[in-house]
Amino acid sequence: MLTFISKRILEAIPTLLILITVSFFLMHSAPGSPFTSERALPPEVLANINAKYHLDEPVINQYFYYLGGLLQGDLGPSFRYKDFTINELIAQSFPVSAEIGIWSFLVALLIGVGCGIIAALRQNSWLDYSVMGFANLGIVLPNFVLAPLCILFFSIYNHWLPPGGWNGGAWPYLVMPVIAMSTSYIAQIARITRGSMIETMHSNFIRTARAKGLPKYRIIFQHALRPAMLPVVSYLGPAFVGIVTGSVIVDVYFGTGGIGQHFINGALNRDYSMVMGVTILVGTLTILFNAIVDILYAVIDPKIRY
Amino acid sequence: MSLSSQKNLLEVNNLRVNFRTPDGFVTAVNDLNFTLAQGETLGIVGESGSGKSQTAFALMGLLAGNGIIEGEARFNEQNILTLNEKAMNRIRSKEIAMIFQDPMTSLNPYMKVGKQLMEVLMLHKGMSKAEAFEASVKMLDAVKMPEARKRMNMYPHEFSGGMRQRVMIAMALLCQPKLLIADEPTTALDVTVQAQILTLLNELKDDFNTSIIMITHDLGVVAGLCDKVLVMYAGQTMEYGTAEDVFYRPTHPYTQGLLKAIPRLDGNDEKLSTIPGNPPNLLHMPSGCPFQARCEFARERCGESMPELKEFAPGQLRACHKSVDGWVA
Repeated sequence: MLTFISKRILEAIPTLLILITVSFFLMHSAPGSPFTSERALPPEVLANINAKYHLDEPVINQYFYYLGGLLQGDLGPSFRYKDFTINELIAQSFPVSAEIGIWSFLVALLIGVGCGIIAALRQNSWLDYSVMGFANLGIVLPNFVLAPLCILFFSIYNHWLPPGGWNGGAWPYLVMPVIAMSTSYIAQIARITRGSMIETMHSNFIRTARAKGLPKYRIIFQHALRPAMLPVVSYLGPAFVGIVTGSVIVDVYFGTGGIGQHFINGALNRDYSMVMGVTILVGTLTILFNAIVDILYAVIDPKIRY
Repeated sequence: MSLSSQKNLLEVNNLRVNFRTPDGFVTAVNDLNFTLAQGETLGIVGESGSGKSQTAFALMGLLAGNGIIEGEARFNEQNILTLNEKAMNRIRSKEIAMIFQDPMTSLNPYMKVGKQLMEVLMLHKGMSKAEAFEASVKMLDAVKMPEARKRMNMYPHEFSGGMRQRVMIAMALLCQPKLLIADEPTTALDVTVQAQILTLLNELKDDFNTSIIMITHDLGVVAGLCDKVLVMYAGQTMEYGTAEDVFYRPTHPYTQGLLKAIPRLDGNDEKLSTIPGNPPNLLHMPSGCPFQARCEFARERCGESMPELKEFAPGQLRACHKSVDGWVA
């Protein structure tokens, strides 16, 4: 297991390097530059700014400047938020998204797995149809529709919750972002759980468990749940990364100040270092959580050994 | 109709198993009758799809959701076909245990073998963990599992097919059930391993005085192990009698055909005899005897009505229009 973990860490380095290289050059090959959108600057000023950010040098040089900074843990200055470094911006916004994300993840996991199991055990009953109907609704209902509906219901009609803001993550400010964030994940997890639970309950070893005279709840929780969770776990790795890196919809509608907004704004503003910063963040988290999924696989399935 | 004078452990009367399928109603088991005394072994023989496995599942209450049971199965005077799930769970494994066809997939691959054995004893016998562990080791020893104690902590994928079937047998015998249903226990195994498992079952049968229903398509298995044989075809009983009678004096053309199809070591190198054709589609059963299309003796009558299962000699039953000595006018 230790060799496996150290091998995965060593593998992560070239993977990240390729990710950084490809995204760096792709980004620079896009037309425009961070300062083209601003009102026309005097050419001398623009030249000065370009020189400060090394934008007047060949892209390959800029690439090595960037890598040099990265090695010291410096993601560079933002081209947009002039007084901030990317490190500061991420340090400010990522914890917000991570807090919303972790709660959303837990809610999605609990409700999703629960609904999936119930639907599977009552296969083709009205309960199954209604749970799966809601799940499908959750998948097709985009969160840019769900978020304003939440505000309408919880804040405008009922005055139960503040319509936006963050306030250090106090729970009234957390509820609506978590609802908007978790709904589609609940739906996906419920669908995967249902399918895999139905399959597991039809396998031969479940028949053996029934022939032993075990009560149904013990068959489900001691015999069926573990194998039924395997496909769910492999979905959860990438899903967790997606969920903790936030959503621009949540950030815009609820004004939470999470990292989701930076994905879109960074790209629109040609904020080179911001785009690189969030790319590296998502890349690192993806590699990390795929490794965690692989380890979880070995924990669940005794046939998998590293 | 009983073949033995002993008190019967199990009496199956007019058992029918139907399945509602998208293509129509299928009768997998049609009017099955048999009895089993304590310590007796019954072989149910038939081709794939003859309903022999469904009979076993019906007795264990393990039929698929679309299965419908009619008739009764009196086990210790109690009809087990009408019991609810909770009452059935008190009988399963404790009184009636089952061994399945495919040992490779019938054990839980995610659970240590020891735990799978121990949970049966903790459930039915109320044993503590430590007691259940010792009793399980003892049972693994009884099925001749080498290094039983060490293997308690292993997972099924670390066992060979034969060893897994030994685990299944040990699991089935843990509570010393009165009845053991073995559904083709040797089909998935190598020939040498088959012989070992059969010898083992034969020994255990005597040690524990367990009644066995041995479901198989292999007549050789029946010969070595069974007291009585029931030959099934397309869900119906063709012939039913003592193993000796059915083997040495088979009277039904289907049984005769099956016996001829066994390769013999002492035979001359003539071509292996087979029964031509295939079993009928249960969705579109022909009228009359289901075997008529493949029967070399079939006459017009056979297509008109299903012959009744009749006792033609003491303890010997058969369902055939042709009389034992041939067609009478």
